[in-house]
Amino acid sequence: MSVSRVTGARRELPSATDARPESGRSRAARRRRWCTPWLYLLVPLALLGAFTYVPVVNMFFYSFTDWDGLSPDRDFVGAGNYVDLFTRSQYFGVFTVSLFYLVGSAVQIAVALYFATILSFSTRFQNLFKGILFFPYMVNGVAIGFVFLYFFQPGGTLDTVLGLVGMEPRLWLGDPDLVNTSLAGVSVWRFMGLNLVLFIGAIQSIPPELYEAAALDGASRWQQFRHIIAPGIKPIISLSVILAVSGALSVFEIPYIMTGGSNNSETFVIQTIELAFDFNKVGLASASAVVLLLIVLLITWVQRLLIPDERVELS
Amino acid sequence: MTAIAGRGGTPLRRGFAGLLKYATLIIASAVVIVPLLAVVLTSLRTGGEMSGDPNPLSAPGDWFNLHNFQVAFTQGHMLRALWNTVFILVFSLAGTVLIGSMTAYAVDRFEFRGRRLIMGLFLVAALVPSVTTQVATYQVVNELGVMNTRLAPILLYMGTDIVSIYIFLQFMRSIPVSLDEAARIDGAGSFTIYRRVILPLLRPAIATVVIVKGVMIYNDFYIPFLYMPSENLGTISTSLFRFKGPFGAHWEVISAGAALVILPSLVIFLVLQRFIYNGFASGATK
Repeated sequence: MSVSRVTGARRELPSATDARPESGRSRAARRRRWCTPWLYLLVPLALLGAFTYVPVVNMFFYSFTDWDGLSPDRDFVGAGNYVDLFTRSQYFGVFTVSLFYLVGSAVQIAVALYFATILSFSTRFQNLFKGILFFPYMVNGVAIGFVFLYFFQPGGTLDTVLGLVGMEPRLWLGDPDLVNTSLAGVSVWRFMGLNLVLFIGAIQSIPPELYEAAALDGASRWQQFRHIIAPGIKPIISLSVILAVSGALSVFEIPYIMTGGSNNSETFVIQTIELAFDFNKVGLASASAVVLLLIVLLITWVQRLLIPDERVELS
Repeated sequence: MTAIAGRGGTPLRRGFAGLLKYATLIIASAVVIVPLLAVVLTSLRTGGEMSGDPNPLSAPGDWFNLHNFQVAFTQGHMLRALWNTVFILVFSLAGTVLIGSMTAYAVDRFEFRGRRLIMGLFLVAALVPSVTTQVATYQVVNELGVMNTRLAPILLYMGTDIVSIYIFLQFMRSIPVSLDEAARIDGAGSFTIYRRVILPLLRPAIATVVIVKGVMIYNDFYIPFLYMPSENLGTISTSLFRFKGPFGAHWEVISAGAALVILPSLVIFLVLQRFIYNGFASGATK
C-alpha cells in the first residue's frame, strides 16, 4: 500500500519539474533514474549473494580448514583435505559410480533422439505416446524410489516379468556389481521424457519444406535424420549432453532414497552430504564439493569452447 | 503436434519400419507403465492377499479397497504434509514471480552503471549447481536463524532460481518499450508501469514459471530433507520418505502412499499438458 502511495506522489513529479529550469529537472530525473533500478534489484541481489555467492566463497574457505561445522574454532590445514580426497581410494572411488550414470545418460539421449524422431513423423496415438514417455519426469523422486524398490525386489515385478520369458531372478539391488546399473536405469526411466520433449520441440522448429524436398529427392528416413534433423537440433543435443554429464556427477535422490548409498552405490553427493552432516567433516566435504563444482564448470567451459555461442531457440 | 509429411523407401521396407516403430513405442510405454501399474495394483490389495500371493502384478480381490490409502493418509500424516507443501509452494511461487520479474524489469528497462556486472553475476550463478554448495549454504541458513522452519525452503527456492529470471528476461524483451513510454507520458511512475503494464503482459511467462517451479517444488526432496528435519514440517516428499521405517515390509501401504503422491501430478499433467511441455522446454534451455 505504502509503495503505491509513493508512486502516487511521484506521478506529480513530471508536471512539477516541467516548470523548473532545464538543469534542475534533468538532475532530479537523473538521480531518480540512478536509484530506481537498484530498488528493484535490492532483494534479488541480497538473495543471490546469500544463497549463491556467500556459500561458494565460504566453501572454498572451509575446504582449507578442518572445521567440524559446529565448534567455533577451526584450524587452517592448507591443501590437506584435497590431498586426502585424491589419495584415499575410499573417497575418490565414488567417481567410478558416476561412470554408470554417465553411460545411462548416453543411452537416455540416444533413446530420446530415436523416439523424438519417430514421434515427429506421422504416427498413430502420437500425443498418447509422447504423454506416456514424458510422464515419469513429472513424478515425485521419493515416489519413484519406492516404485522401483518394489519393482526390483527379489521376486518382485521385474523378476516376475522376466520369468515369463524364462530368465532367472537376480538381486537387482543386492548385487554390488549390478546395483549401479539398476539405479542408472531408474535415472534413465525418470529423465528420458525431458530429453524427448526438448528434442521434439527442436525438430518441429525445422522448416517442413526441407523434408519435402529431401523426400522428393528420394532420401531415406535415415538420410533425412542424418542430414536434416541431426544438424538442425545440434545445439539442443549439446545442451542435453552438458546437463546429462553434470547430472551424472551430482546424482543424489534416487540412490539415496533407494539404497542409502550402501552396497557400492554411493555417489559423490551422497558422500559429501554424509561427510558434512553425519561425520562432521565440513572441511573435507567442502573440498569434495569444490572439486565437483570445478569439474562441472570445466565441462560447461569446454562445451562453450566447442560450440561457440550457438543460440538455442525453441519457440 | 504437427506431423511431418513425406515418406521414403519401398512399400516392403516401409511396412517393416512401421512395425518396428510401433513395437518400440509399445515396449517403451510398457517400461514406463508396468512399474507404476504394480504399485497401483498393490495399493488396492489387503495385507492377507499380499502374504497369500506374492506376485506383484496380481489383481486385487476388491478393486475399491481403499483401506491402504486411508492408513497411508492418516498414519503417514499426508494432510499435514500437503499443507506444508502448499504453504511453501504458494509463498515460494509468489516470491519467485516478484523477484524474477523485478530483476528482469530493472535489467531490461533501465540503463545504469553496473548493469553488465549484474547480468554477469546472474549468468555465472546459473552455472553453479546448487547441489554442490549445500555444505556451505547450510551454514548460511543456520546463521540466518531459519533452520528447521518453513522459511528456509521458501528463501532457498526464491533465492537460487536463476532460470526463472531468464524466462522473464527473455519474455520482457518481446514487450515493446513504446508501451512503457506511453504510460510514462501519461504520468506513470516506474512502479506503476511495472505493476500496471509489465506484470499483466508477463502473464504467459508467469504461467511458465509457476508450472515449472511448482512441479519442481512439489517433487523436491533434497531441500526439505536437509533444512526441515522436524517431523511436523514434513512435506509430501519427506513424509513419504518416512514411510520407510514404520511401514517397513508393508508394501501395500507404501504403494498407497506413493500412489497418493503421484495422483496430483497425473491430474495436473493431464489438465495442463500443453503448457507443461512448453514450460519445461523453455525452462531447460533458456
